[in-house]
Amino acid sequence: MVDLESLHLSFSPLGDRALLVELAAEPGPETSASVRAIADRLRTMALQGVSDIVPAFCSVALHYDPALLGEADGERTPYDVLVLSLQESLFETGALPQEDGRLHEIPVAYGGRFGEDLDALAATLEMGVDTLIELHCAPTYSVYMLGFAPGFPYLGPLDQRLVVPRRASPRTQVPAGSVAVANAYTAVYPLKLPGGWHLLGRTPMTLFDPHRDPPALLSAGDRVRFVPIDAAEFARLENGAGT
Amino acid sequence: MIEVLRAGVLTTVQDLGRSGFQHHGVPVSGAMDPLSLRTANLLVGNPEHAAALEFTLVGPSLAFDADALIALCGGDFGARLGDTPVPMARPVAIAAGSVLEFANCRLGCRGYLAVAGGIGVEPVLGSRSTYLRAGFGGFEGRALKRGDRLAADLPEAGVFPGLHGRLSVTAASFVSPHWAASLHPERMARSPQIIRFVAARHWESLHTDVRARFLGTDYRLGADSDRMGYRLEGGTLEQASDATLLSAGVAFGTIQLPPDGNPIVLMADRQTTGGYPRLGEVAGVDLPLLGQLKPGDSLRFEKIALAEAQKLWLVQEQAIAQLHEAILAHIRE
Repeated sequence: MVDLESLHLSFSPLGDRALLVELAAEPGPETSASVRAIADRLRTMALQGVSDIVPAFCSVALHYDPALLGEADGERTPYDVLVLSLQESLFETGALPQEDGRLHEIPVAYGGRFGEDLDALAATLEMGVDTLIELHCAPTYSVYMLGFAPGFPYLGPLDQRLVVPRRASPRTQVPAGSVAVANAYTAVYPLKLPGGWHLLGRTPMTLFDPHRDPPALLSAGDRVRFVPIDAAEFARLENGAGT
Repeated sequence: MIEVLRAGVLTTVQDLGRSGFQHHGVPVSGAMDPLSLRTANLLVGNPEHAAALEFTLVGPSLAFDADALIALCGGDFGARLGDTPVPMARPVAIAAGSVLEFANCRLGCRGYLAVAGGIGVEPVLGSRSTYLRAGFGGFEGRALKRGDRLAADLPEAGVFPGLHGRLSVTAASFVSPHWAASLHPERMARSPQIIRFVAARHWESLHTDVRARFLGTDYRLGADSDRMGYRLEGGTLEQASDATLLSAGVAFGTIQLPPDGNPIVLMADRQTTGGYPRLGEVAGVDLPLLGQLKPGDSLRFEKIALAEAQKLWLVQEQAIAQLHEAILAHIRE
């Protein structure tokens, strides 16, 4: 269960048609689980006039149309009315059920043409390539949020030994499926995108497809494990079972 | 069908955006001036969220192979059928074989063409809006180009039947009623444009000088502004710290302060989340005016209370509902 009292939730306007619910917590797997529980509860409220519920590291954004909310009286703004009903619903029980997100195993071909920065990064970090791959594959990561681009997951916590700033000059094009690290996170590029993360490898899985429902493979609060594969396996998965 | 004879600078299919998928990281997109798109749709009997064309700076040239009912709202692109100017903000019946030509934008930046029935493209994730960066939605996920052929979905029967009736017995190139929606296009000409905003929580922690400078500066819209974001030039603002915050949800009109101190306003194709400090969000009622600014235009920000912004929004929505009623009262004529 997620104890709401301990999270010190705060509400603030994100303009006149959205608001932020923020948790006083450090980003991490536990916080992400709480964020997911709050987002799930807000979603099940199915409030009229609310169009989007967007979880992030330590917050949930809620987008709404003040004209569709209904009961705004002369005294209270639509924002006040909405915050009140959110608080009532969230604190009804004092705690929210917490579900483990789905666990995804994502096959990754490391290095070479799949991950152009692997060798250089291993050199920078003064470790062997094999050690770097091992450190990257060892954890079960939490999906902290999707953002930056459609289906782009921020995963953590990354092993401290792999924490590096972004590349000095971003690439104009990073291939879809690229598995990369930057700062305290690792990610998978769901589409061909510009990007400044260090490319370790590539997965043949499709992380985002606008014609699929849901379009993104991962959701905030899900968990991810990377499984190393070789080039032959990559080709096999890419030609068939890859999605 | 509508054939694109000339595409203009950036002509895309847009509706009111791809709501409900931001938690998958999918940008909302949609019209940069949503009010004009809604109004144009209502004028031809469409639902307000139907797909329409948005064109930018230089308009397209379009050939209609069937009779059509159209409406033009937003920026003024000097629309013509042959030598005859086409009026804006009202339903206009045009005949098969018409070529509708738009010129350079002479007021505002973005024009909207609604066609009775809506532009017939397949919805992607519940919306017909084009998201250029990832190449999906709208017409093949891209801006229109010469030779494209757009289907118009079949309009509801009996929308402004009298206009079509008069069209068949007249030599005129189009027929429109004598009334028009009152949209105050002159507001687009204000310079500097006044854009009201609601301050973010972060605002109070900014240095007094920074706040005063933000409110006192006439900003210029940078040349690299696009549907994703507007870059503002006119004086950098010093940050209290150069901290990048943890990414959190952002909105249409979020004013970000990146480390270089030049504010960015997030627009229709914005990302779903952002990690820069926020100065605030543009009032929903002023987003249409903001969407009509073009690079080089001047703007100034004015802070208003959340209560005021929400009241203005409710007033706007009431006005649209009234306009809709008024159109419905004429729609069988």
